[in-house]
Amino acid sequence: MNVSEVERREHYLNVNYGIRSWLLTTDHKRIAWLYLLSVTLFFFIGGFFATLIRLELLTPQGDLVQAETYNKLFTMHGVTMIFFFLIPSIPAVLGNFLVPMMIGARDLAFPRLNLASWYIFILGGVFTVMAAAAGGVDTGWTFYTPYSSIYSNTHVVLTVIGIFVTGFSSILTGLNFIVTIHKMRAPGMTWFRLPLFIWAHYATSIIFVLGTPVIAITLVLVALERIFRLGIFDPALGGDPVLFQHLFWFYSHPAVYIMVLPAMGVVSELIACFSRKRVFGYSVVAFASLGIAVIGFLVWGHHMFVSGQSVHAGMIFSLLSFLVAIPSAIKVFNWTATLYKGSISYDAPMLYALGFIGLFTIGGLTGLFLATLGIDVHVHDTYFVIAHFHYIMVGGSVMGYLGGIHFWWPKMTGRRYPEGWARLAALIIFIGFNLTFFPQFVLGYIGMPRRYHVYPPEFQVLNVMSTAGASILAVGYLLPLTYLIWSLRYGTVAGRNPWGARGLEWETPSPPPTENFERTPTVTEGAYAYEKAPEEISTLGRPAHV
Amino acid sequence: MILGFPLFPEQASTMAARVDALFYFLVAVTVFFAALIFFMIVVFAVKYRRRSEDERPRPIEGNFWLEILWSAIPLGLTMVMFVWGAIIYFDIYNPPNDALEISIVGRQWMWKAQHAEGQREINELHVPVGQAVKLTMTSEDVIHDVFLPAFRIKQDVLPGRYTTLWFQATKAGEYPLFCAQYCGTQHSGMVGRVVVLEPAEFEKWLSGGATGVSMIDQGASLFKRFGCETCHGAGGTSQGPSLAGLFGKTVKLQEGTTVTADENYIRESILDPRAKIVAGYQPIMPTFKGLVSEEGLLQLIAYIKSLEGAERKAAQK
Repeated sequence: MNVSEVERREHYLNVNYGIRSWLLTTDHKRIAWLYLLSVTLFFFIGGFFATLIRLELLTPQGDLVQAETYNKLFTMHGVTMIFFFLIPSIPAVLGNFLVPMMIGARDLAFPRLNLASWYIFILGGVFTVMAAAAGGVDTGWTFYTPYSSIYSNTHVVLTVIGIFVTGFSSILTGLNFIVTIHKMRAPGMTWFRLPLFIWAHYATSIIFVLGTPVIAITLVLVALERIFRLGIFDPALGGDPVLFQHLFWFYSHPAVYIMVLPAMGVVSELIACFSRKRVFGYSVVAFASLGIAVIGFLVWGHHMFVSGQSVHAGMIFSLLSFLVAIPSAIKVFNWTATLYKGSISYDAPMLYALGFIGLFTIGGLTGLFLATLGIDVHVHDTYFVIAHFHYIMVGGSVMGYLGGIHFWWPKMTGRRYPEGWARLAALIIFIGFNLTFFPQFVLGYIGMPRRYHVYPPEFQVLNVMSTAGASILAVGYLLPLTYLIWSLRYGTVAGRNPWGARGLEWETPSPPPTENFERTPTVTEGAYAYEKAPEEISTLGRPAHV
Repeated sequence: MILGFPLFPEQASTMAARVDALFYFLVAVTVFFAALIFFMIVVFAVKYRRRSEDERPRPIEGNFWLEILWSAIPLGLTMVMFVWGAIIYFDIYNPPNDALEISIVGRQWMWKAQHAEGQREINELHVPVGQAVKLTMTSEDVIHDVFLPAFRIKQDVLPGRYTTLWFQATKAGEYPLFCAQYCGTQHSGMVGRVVVLEPAEFEKWLSGGATGVSMIDQGASLFKRFGCETCHGAGGTSQGPSLAGLFGKTVKLQEGTTVTADENYIRESILDPRAKIVAGYQPIMPTFKGLVSEEGLLQLIAYIKSLEGAERKAAQK
């Protein structure tokens, strides 16, 4: 296939042009692009806040920004990254693009709802950006009451409205995925032939649908107390401040799994492809995703071991938190076993996947410290926690997201990115990430509390290391932004299946036609049949016609 | 401090060494598993690197016994962590009965402490070495948190109720006190220090510069000033139950349930008297919300705690 052939063939990108064709599209692949552009924007906004935080922490004194500004920076960093980047990133970009393609469907079950979810997302984003532009919010992304509901003098209500609205886009996306996966699988695509990416998105969708309404209600209650002084959380008005924490973490702990389960799905695809093996213990990995989603709803109280909740409640939440660690451990062991006797290549997506396993392992193992009651009391609300969840959310989710973007980039654009640059970027990100966040484990254990604008001088050396790492990390993140944009025009033409991968999405041209497949495939093999020829996994590859 | 910065915080309480021992256990287990995973990934990635483009490895579906093995071993190890951690946690939140009691009130952005003898401190806490100290804490505004890294403990300080924390310092010296729960603009300025003194030094500190009026006496005068005596005086009246010997006892309530008369119960009964009506009494007590400060409440509680039961007094005679 040569360049002119790609350009001439009609596909979802060139089927029509103009701003209306994008803003009114119901094609899941185009909506994925709308999300890709939006979450990328939010990622760099959130990254800008992070940059200022790290620069401030270079010295123990509060010399770069004032305390109020610093508090707003870490709040807006958290709000932007969690609600506007991490939660939508893999599901709304890669999930949107791939869920229908992987199961052999033409689109999601509700294409217009899908477009609506993007508009809702943007509307929520507009509120949040407005709140930032109007002066910001300083409650921390956790909005603990009664600080958020009574005492803060910043734009809490506006921010809360933004998150409330955005939540509905998550609910709609989850609903769409659940219905699509149930009802629109191609003939022969049985549940246990589904790629693990689909299982992971199914588990994520359950959390979207069941968890998101709770945070929405909780934030409405905060706004009601703030506007009308209804006594819900402030004891001075007859409320209970700890009630807020229960409600908040009932969503926000499962939300961690919203952020990491899809990345686990991506990693399963990458490990299988670049070692040319079936994923070891496929059904165990699939059920581990569901197990995480279900048990994940029962562990919220581990955020509250020092909140004043009863000692016995603490013990139950600790026990359940250890139980939720087991399926994650099983996944790591299964991915590692998948490499055994494989045929392993080190393309950039694989480097991201291996990086994911390494960083997620550290993030997961340090989670055990936090589940252990006697240790959590000491490290709770310190930099140990910050390091732990950045290992999961950045080391895990962002690595998975970038690995996925690189892997499916040829499918989405029809072009290949420059492999050498991509490997270099993966390496820089891995090194920069560890230098940024590993010192924070030590900082936490020696007692540096989180959200401190000024800190005692003995913490400085480790903070300088962390800031140095962050500058490397920033370079690592700017590289893909540059070469991926470059590749849109100058990248070599990818072809249908540049990785020799298995999966229906690779059996259709790159970029795919609007209807995804030339004809409805009948699936004849389970996922990851790398021992078979690509044509053998479905009827698509077979010459029904010329 | 070989590196020019500390890798571990000082151990200055009876809890510190216990927490650190558990921490080392977890470090050992997690470093072992992380090393195992990294080692296997590196070995597999090198050994099974793609040598030719047309390699087609034999598929391996999985292995039931391996799955059982690598579920059971982590499960067993985490249960050890759970039990060990839970025992320490239980001890962190169960103060011994003979602990020295100190009241803490947090507010944006300072810590106020008052000793039983009446001494007040701000952003400082003087305690004796070798004796258990129990902090009874509340906040005047938002949630704060007392974090003492050298003692390996912390506890949120909530508005509207009391939480407690205890420790026994093992080494004289000065240790940092941080607010660990984000509480607004000057959160990182809400820091102080714990000064651990030798017992003799501590006695000297207690007697020096004191107001001379103990918390119990301050509570007694508040008790008089608010007219509590009218109904709750010695022996009680038909309007209100006697408070003598009340603290720590089980109280029968009108709706048939019972409640233990602890600090939070007494606090609630002063601020919201209708929340729990003692069996046999009418809900006629007015609220003292807004009339009595957080410090005043703690003094009143100290006074009520000091009231010996009539029966006990009689027995002593």
